[in-house]
Amino acid sequence: MKQNLIGALCAMVAMGGSFAQTSKKPAAKPAPAQVAEAKDAATLEFEKFRAEMEESNPAELFEMKGEEQWKTKRGPNNVSLAESCDLGQGVGKVEGAYVKMPRYFADADAVMDAERRIVWCMVEKQGFKFDDIAKRPFANANFTPDITNLVTYVAGHSRNMKLDVPLKDPKVREAYEIGKEIAAFRAGPYDFSCNTCHGSDGKRIRMQNLPNLSTAKGAMSGVQGWPGYRMTGGVMLTHQWRMGDCFRQQRFPEPKYASDAIAYLLTYMIGNANGQVYKGPGIKR
Amino acid sequence: MTNKLFLAAAMAAPLLTAALPAAADADHRAKAIAVIKKDFKPHGQASLDRLAEDGLQAVCNRSGNKPPEYLAKQMQEDQLAAVKYPPDGKLLGDWKSGEKLAQSGRGFTWSDDPGLPVGGNCYNCHQISPQEHSFGTVGPSLYQFGKLRGNSEEIQKYTYSRIYNSKSYNLCSEMPRFGHIGALKEKQIKDLVALLLDPDSPVNK
Repeated sequence: MKQNLIGALCAMVAMGGSFAQTSKKPAAKPAPAQVAEAKDAATLEFEKFRAEMEESNPAELFEMKGEEQWKTKRGPNNVSLAESCDLGQGVGKVEGAYVKMPRYFADADAVMDAERRIVWCMVEKQGFKFDDIAKRPFANANFTPDITNLVTYVAGHSRNMKLDVPLKDPKVREAYEIGKEIAAFRAGPYDFSCNTCHGSDGKRIRMQNLPNLSTAKGAMSGVQGWPGYRMTGGVMLTHQWRMGDCFRQQRFPEPKYASDAIAYLLTYMIGNANGQVYKGPGIKR
Repeated sequence: MTNKLFLAAAMAAPLLTAALPAAADADHRAKAIAVIKKDFKPHGQASLDRLAEDGLQAVCNRSGNKPPEYLAKQMQEDQLAAVKYPPDGKLLGDWKSGEKLAQSGRGFTWSDDPGLPVGGNCYNCHQISPQEHSFGTVGPSLYQFGKLRGNSEEIQKYTYSRIYNSKSYNLCSEMPRFGHIGALKEKQIKDLVALLLDPDSPVNK
């Protein structure tokens, strides 16, 4: 990652350099000082708004629905997740489970993020069909899938806990390393990778700040607030959804739901944020 | 899209990448590519062929965006040689149309209507006209681009080719190859050249 960062920096320098060479005139001066101030003003305004909203966080409504669904006997097998689903802390235990995922689950022989694991339980324990869940996995204005409520419920039980992705587990470490390479992979019509936007510090698209996911601080801002209630459209959306939306803007095809690719990327990102406090389901712009 | 060129680049990829020093993380990269190949599905206009690297992408991916100098130089020359200039030789279009185009960030995502024109995406990453405060910082500021460089024939040609294919100058530049992939047409690139170089453009006031 450091190499990428340096690469990107070199690229910027080279860009400026070749402008100067061709023109034989001084390269364009960096953007004036007002840039940083404008960015901060926009961010601060939303932060203030969010602070007010958090008094009555709309995500809590979804947590409550999720709790009910977690505890109710459901699906063709008529069992509850509370009596069948092990999120890594023992069957039915949700306390602190979210901040310790992604992790490796031997029963599935896979590294799974929280959402993927709950889907696995719904399929393997409750008897739901994966394809039915994957057909409409994310919320829209008129519909919130059960899985979104369930993830929000589970995430709510890791509120104010430190992220602790078990990177010492070789299988998780392997997922982390592959995730890191997925983040660096450039392809598509625009030659974009995740790192094009999220691989170096202090970048923006328009006024939107872009966290550098290779750093602890940047990775944390990519993790904090997910799952989140999105003001735009008024929908509850998960971290899986957010990864897909990045690929959309990267001009890539769509990642398959609850796949290795997303689990590995999340392992990389959340792993980089390890040790920092997760504040629970949040509010997003 | 210059298909022939794309094909040539794709065929050259194994040769080119064979020349690169083997990196310690090559194994994880190979696994990452295999995971990407199996874990994506087509959506709207975003088909799976977008996941195939062309030669340039392969070299940048395998060198951490720092290709060996000899390779970068050769490939940049190839990219530059493939730039198609307007047949009438006129490179300065209409800066007002260029400004509108620079504002638009649409195009190529799975949620975009492929029938609609693609935007320039310029303000997403660059400061350009001083009146527009909502600009990105992924690329360098282009404010006073023409004022600092003039608008000689040489500078016009440079600017046109840089928008057409930024990789002609910096092989692993973050900037899309707008002309090379056919995202922006000749007239649109001319309008963007005018936005950057026309003395009447707000960029140069």
